Amino acid sequence: MNIIGHKNWYFSLSLLVIIPGIVAIFLWGLNLSIDFTGGSRLTLSFNNAVDSNQVQAVDEILKAGKIKVASIEKTNKLIFVRTSPMDQNQNNKFISVLLKEFKDIKEQEFETIGPVIGQETALNALKAVGIASALIILYITWSFRQVPKPTSSLRFGICAIVALIYNVLVVIGIFAILGHFLNVEIDSLFVTAILTIIGFSVHDTIVVFDRIRENLKKMGGADFSKTVNASILQTIDRSLNTSLTVVLILIALLLFGGESIRWFVVALLSGIVIGTYSSIFNASPLLVLWQEISDKRKEAKK
Amino acid sequence: MKKSPRSLLWFIILLTISAVLINLPSEGFFSFTKNLSFKKGLDLAGGTSLTLKADMKSLDENQRGKALEAVKTVIDQRTNYFGVSEPIVQTAVSGNDYRVIVELPGVNIDQAKTIIGTTAQLSFWEQTASSSAVLFKNQQEYLDFISTQSAQVVYPPSVLLVLGTYPNKTNLGGADLKETSVGFDSSSGKPQVQLKFTSTGAKKFADITSRNVGKIVAISLDNQVIEAPRVNQPILTGDAVITGGFTTQSANALSRSLNAGALPVPLLYLQQHGVDATLGSESLLKSLFAGGLGIIIIVIFMTVLYGRLGIIASIALIIYTLLVVSILKISSITPYAITLTLSGIAGFILSIGMAVDANILIFERMKEERRAGRSWHEALDLGFSRAWTSIRDSNIASLITCFVLYQFGTGSVRGFALTLAIGVLVSMFSAIVVTRTFLRTIYK
Repeated sequence: MNIIGHKNWYFSLSLLVIIPGIVAIFLWGLNLSIDFTGGSRLTLSFNNAVDSNQVQAVDEILKAGKIKVASIEKTNKLIFVRTSPMDQNQNNKFISVLLKEFKDIKEQEFETIGPVIGQETALNALKAVGIASALIILYITWSFRQVPKPTSSLRFGICAIVALIYNVLVVIGIFAILGHFLNVEIDSLFVTAILTIIGFSVHDTIVVFDRIRENLKKMGGADFSKTVNASILQTIDRSLNTSLTVVLILIALLLFGGESIRWFVVALLSGIVIGTYSSIFNASPLLVLWQEISDKRKEAKK
Repeated sequence: MKKSPRSLLWFIILLTISAVLINLPSEGFFSFTKNLSFKKGLDLAGGTSLTLKADMKSLDENQRGKALEAVKTVIDQRTNYFGVSEPIVQTAVSGNDYRVIVELPGVNIDQAKTIIGTTAQLSFWEQTASSSAVLFKNQQEYLDFISTQSAQVVYPPSVLLVLGTYPNKTNLGGADLKETSVGFDSSSGKPQVQLKFTSTGAKKFADITSRNVGKIVAISLDNQVIEAPRVNQPILTGDAVITGGFTTQSANALSRSLNAGALPVPLLYLQQHGVDATLGSESLLKSLFAGGLGIIIIVIFMTVLYGRLGIIASIALIIYTLLVVSILKISSITPYAITLTLSGIAGFILSIGMAVDANILIFERMKEERRAGRSWHEALDLGFSRAWTSIRDSNIASLITCFVLYQFGTGSVRGFALTLAIGVLVSMFSAIVVTRTFLRTIYK
């Protein structure tokens, strides 16, 4: 299999995968949860299955209380409501009115986040992603410092990060699309998922890079792109097997892990799949592309 | 590693046995482990988490840090008075915001607010020269007065209703209390709260009562007037009694919250989160089930892929799981207790996947070396030594992510980072030391 030889095909495929998400981000933006915007979140549970009349009643009671409703969703016996920030008194009033209407209702969860806290959480999330990326570049550059010519350790670090940013953007794009069509929210758990994806995709990329490093030492003067291709092929079994175990676990979590972590698991799942693809078809081909460009420049100088 | 595999094998067996003992249910025969249990986060145990902002407007810049600590102490005391188990009270300063973060397991939001008593501030109000002699006759008069006030001067409505316009808040407050108790009025037999002031408090109280003989002094709690007695004569002893129409229960509650100390500054709610306990235990069961299922799937997967090697990796994986669970349990009796949250469990389940990764790396490498014509023995050693650099580098990258998550995250994110980090560290041990020792013992 000649992955490096067809690298331009894979780069085009990668672009094809990322473009819908990017368009969605610009077109619809992100559906940020109250973790970032401030607001209230309620979970109401009923003894019996919820019907749409009950959902409508909840909506009307909230509106009568002059509370702005952002979204109402229902699952079998639960109703999830998002509103503008509600204080405890407003919440108590809402629940007491609700209890008059439906006897079997129970408020399982109530959360209010002030806008100040929300902005801080958003800022911290951005900082965390930035700092984690910077530290990982530094570590890879240091760990690959003995990599032989013609390449350099900084290139390994930067290529790993480009692949990583690609993975993160694809997942954010998927959630921009999910947010628009299924009203899926980006909350602080999503940020956790993104950071885990960063860890995982670097994990995957490093395994391939490590083999390139080893082969460069062993093969010495051999053609760089051939060395990289051989390294990818030697590690591809491992990459696929590892991803498969993690994907199997995540599917178990998705099916049986419960409502509250469902989208967290979806984010991880898409991130792991993209990360595996990216470590094979993006990160290492990028190294070769960089090498080719710098070779051409050198020749032009001659 | 030149250490003999035999002694390492015994070490691993011993470690596994102790992990099994730690993880056994704590009832009945195994009761010696009863002090060990998971420290469950609010999303699993149910409870309330509140973020409060201390209003520091009235304090100088250099007093604010001290005041924040005082708020923490008061809330700490109150949670103890009300018998909340394992409360967490933390302070945080963010820019100009002084915050207290309170987590109360097993307590719903209403109870939590009673316990913290955000605004349980005791204050004494008196009339001033500019106060109108005539009290407001009705609501309308009162509303008219309020509308003439500039925005900065805000009087609690209930104080205005008993004292008339322009009352004065005296410098006597909750901080001047020495102790309080509940007694019963000798004539009516009704419960009352008895206050004893500190020496400075007694002096302030003497001053207030001296200058207000014949006038009304309002005692307010949370800006609600609970009593507005007319002062008959100066009280110099530093004792006072509140007879605000209490039941025995409400008198006890007031006395208790006054005893636990009044808050030095008012608090505002920034964030509140309540989780019903049943929801928590449901989530816990679901994710544990998913985790168990995940382990079974991996065992099957590894056995199918790698045969006998896969079975050994699966045993190492089970030892890994036992070790991580006992680390989580043991941590609960140290000051560095790891709180188990829903996302923490997800992190743990995920780390199982990463633990297997190290074994896959090694086994794939061994397969390669076998193909290159090496003996089982050589393949085993080369597999481990050559896979090591990639295992090391990739796990360090994961640890870096965990570290950053822990630094910037709050609550559930931190739990996730910590469990994932422990998982990564233990997985390196189980995949390398445990699997290798087993293989060496078998293929000797």
